Amino acid sequence: MPFHPLSWACLVLLAGVLAPVAAPAMPAADAKHFLLRTGFGAGPDDIAALEKLTHEQAVRRVLDTARQEPFTKLPDLLATRPDWPGQYRNKDDLEKQEFNRTRDREAAALKAWWYGEMIATPSPFTERMVMFWHNHFTSSFDKVRQPDLIYTQQAIFRRNAFGSFRTMLMAVAKDPAMIKYLDNVSNKKGGANENFARELFELFTLGEGNYTEKDIKEAARAFTGWQVNETAGAYFFNARDHDDGAKTVFGRTGKFGGEDIVNIVLDQPKVALYVTAKLWRSLISDTPDPKEVERLASIFRASDYNIRALVEAMLLSPAFLAPANRAVLVKSPVDLLVGTIRMLNMPVSDTAPLVDYGRRLQQDILNPPNVKGWPGGINWVSTYTLIQRRDILGRFLRGEEVNVAAPTGLEAMMAMQAAVDPVMTNRPPAPLRQFGVAGWMKMNPQLAGNPQAISNILLATAPVATVFDGRDPSVMIERILLDPAYQMK
Amino acid sequence: MNRRDFLVRASTLALGGLLPAGCAIAPKTGPSGGSTAGQTVVLIELNGGNDGLNTVVPYADPKYYELRPKLAVAKTDVLRLNDTLGFNPALKALQPVWDKGELAVVLGTGYPQPNRSHFRSIEIWDTGSNSDEFADEGWLARYFALRRLSRPSAAADGVVFGRPYVGPMLGTNARVIVLDDPATFARQAKQVQMPGGVGANPALQHVMRVQAEAKAAGADIEKNLARMNLKTEFPRSGIGGQMRNAARLVASGLDIPVIKVSQGGFDNHSFQRATHDRLLREVAESMTAFRLAMIESGMWDRVLIMTYSEFGRRPAENRSEGTDHGTAAPHFIMAPRIKGGFHGRQPALDDLADGDLKHTVDFRSVYATVLNRWWGVASAPVLGRAHAEIGFLA
Repeated sequence: MPFHPLSWACLVLLAGVLAPVAAPAMPAADAKHFLLRTGFGAGPDDIAALEKLTHEQAVRRVLDTARQEPFTKLPDLLATRPDWPGQYRNKDDLEKQEFNRTRDREAAALKAWWYGEMIATPSPFTERMVMFWHNHFTSSFDKVRQPDLIYTQQAIFRRNAFGSFRTMLMAVAKDPAMIKYLDNVSNKKGGANENFARELFELFTLGEGNYTEKDIKEAARAFTGWQVNETAGAYFFNARDHDDGAKTVFGRTGKFGGEDIVNIVLDQPKVALYVTAKLWRSLISDTPDPKEVERLASIFRASDYNIRALVEAMLLSPAFLAPANRAVLVKSPVDLLVGTIRMLNMPVSDTAPLVDYGRRLQQDILNPPNVKGWPGGINWVSTYTLIQRRDILGRFLRGEEVNVAAPTGLEAMMAMQAAVDPVMTNRPPAPLRQFGVAGWMKMNPQLAGNPQAISNILLATAPVATVFDGRDPSVMIERILLDPAYQMK
Repeated sequence: MNRRDFLVRASTLALGGLLPAGCAIAPKTGPSGGSTAGQTVVLIELNGGNDGLNTVVPYADPKYYELRPKLAVAKTDVLRLNDTLGFNPALKALQPVWDKGELAVVLGTGYPQPNRSHFRSIEIWDTGSNSDEFADEGWLARYFALRRLSRPSAAADGVVFGRPYVGPMLGTNARVIVLDDPATFARQAKQVQMPGGVGANPALQHVMRVQAEAKAAGADIEKNLARMNLKTEFPRSGIGGQMRNAARLVASGLDIPVIKVSQGGFDNHSFQRATHDRLLREVAESMTAFRLAMIESGMWDRVLIMTYSEFGRRPAENRSEGTDHGTAAPHFIMAPRIKGGFHGRQPALDDLADGDLKHTVDFRSVYATVLNRWWGVASAPVLGRAHAEIGFLA
């Protein structure tokens, strides 16, 4: 390596990092920001715990402890495969109807389960990334119609959330839900269906304008014969339908199969830029800084698409903590629902209503509107959805005991608390009657009479419309939740 | 000023550029005009679950006193309405209206397979769905959609005072104006233009702009309402203020089918009695004042007031002098052309399901009656199925 004055500067800086001088711990505002962006937001305990760490330690810890498997028990329905669709065609209308109803129920249960997982997991960053990849490699239940396959796809995202983008892309290309969603089942020799090849380039790796129509046509031929074995619910290569002739993609020619195309596209430098900019929009701001994106993308590429390396570099980049990038992202409906529950430590015994709320706020999880996913950003908030958001937040705050189904006397409540426990295992069991806002205040006596402190915890930025007039905490919390600033993260 | 002058003035005021384009205003022709147009329903939401047994007290039933050793309303305090039932004395203000036959009490209102979660149960009430159904739209939003076909000229479908939740009016096309804290609104509007700070955050600015849009019509209405004077005094409580605004809005002659107000604080798991009595008193006094204000402005025959709440409470009091989430409860309907008195049947205290009251009237029967008789529309398409009427409206 040629000697360069800049290297000295780097060494000096490095020495500074390695020196035994303790790096400063995170201020509370940084901790809150960190938790909002790498999770769904958190209460005073989590913020306090993070304040003991430096920013760098916090980044390492959140990545070191990221789960690859779900924390909560999957719904039973996913254990067995239905006799889909081998017999489906032979059945009469009534049977078909019943069959479809069952699938709808399973999908609803799966969505409710995922909300529960997001609420309960000690690794919310994993779930945030699962959502990111779900919105990147979209597939919808409405088209795929098989909840177990949708879950199989989600498991890919969870396993590889911080792993290798190359491994994930390959797995997604062979994922039965994706093969169905993008019509690769009908991509056959002599009658190519270009849907998957097009989205592979346009949405999954390169972005518009970085490939030609010819690249798509040729690449589509390479994926012919990539099908689903319906009995096993698994990927199946049908050699009879595969076109094994020569293809030319991005200037390279050969008798390529689908795996080759995945590897060829990953040789394109634009891939790292595209994925990095998209992740920036999820973790930092709506306006990626081109220079920083380039720097981060080169780290991503140099690591052979190690997602953890990219995420780590992004969280450690100055842009992540920059004041200009605080509170500039609009909370998605899932952020709003899961975040409110996590921040206020609300016990939830039934997550089914959350599915419905999410849908009303225009984020029907596992059912993105189209292959581009949810438009997101400021599009989440319209006059209609804003009124809905406020209405739903109001429901959360309704009673002294928020969202507790069937509290029937002391014993029943204790029993219910126990039943709720698996969902709340990382928290100490709340004593009786410490539910809802009143309960939250009891658990955080340091906040009593200090609306400013409550606001500092619950809002990503200063409130724009909340008057602190010493009213009782539940009124203050309601005002804070209805403040436009609460829509931000 | 006579009533006619008042109306002319009111609609001029109200027309002062306050409504979104396309919302023409239909001034009312007055009660004798014969039109059923402009029948308004004022909804009073009792947030948190109202304790029905301490509202309408089954004072002749010894079981009540067994279940409520600490919370019961003493027999001697009850304002007796018949041989078995009477008002909590906190509802004293309602007595004269009851005597005039303008107050109906629907007993035992609830629904099958009751849900005791606040947010799920109010959703069931708001949407009019079954306990195991999830519906998208509020029952009133569905009514608005139908109504607009024949009456495209309403000023707005609904106005919300108090807690800013539209509840049963939630729907994609419902034009609902939420009037929470006008001072707050003014402050927000100012900050939208503020350079730096918020100004440097385009996404937050977007949220504020949207919120301002949603409220713009409301701010104008609020401004105009403040200028509308009614002589009737309203109690100085939160609900009193909301009902005063509701009265001004109706008196202004604007054609608005639904006005929603709310009284919070009914979720009393401990030391319920004093709080609950105060809440009831505030509601009762506000309802009575509202009626007088309507009589003053000549609008009383155009308005129906009704209460609702997500659930009643357990018959047995709990160990901390409170009550836990329950099921059925009585609800009030006050209107001029009403069959006053009790409707439905008081749930029996010696025939409980799982320790809770069995409902005797489906809440959707109340909705169906209002839809069919007050607004004169077929209720089945709005509610998704037919429900028996209750005889409080002819």
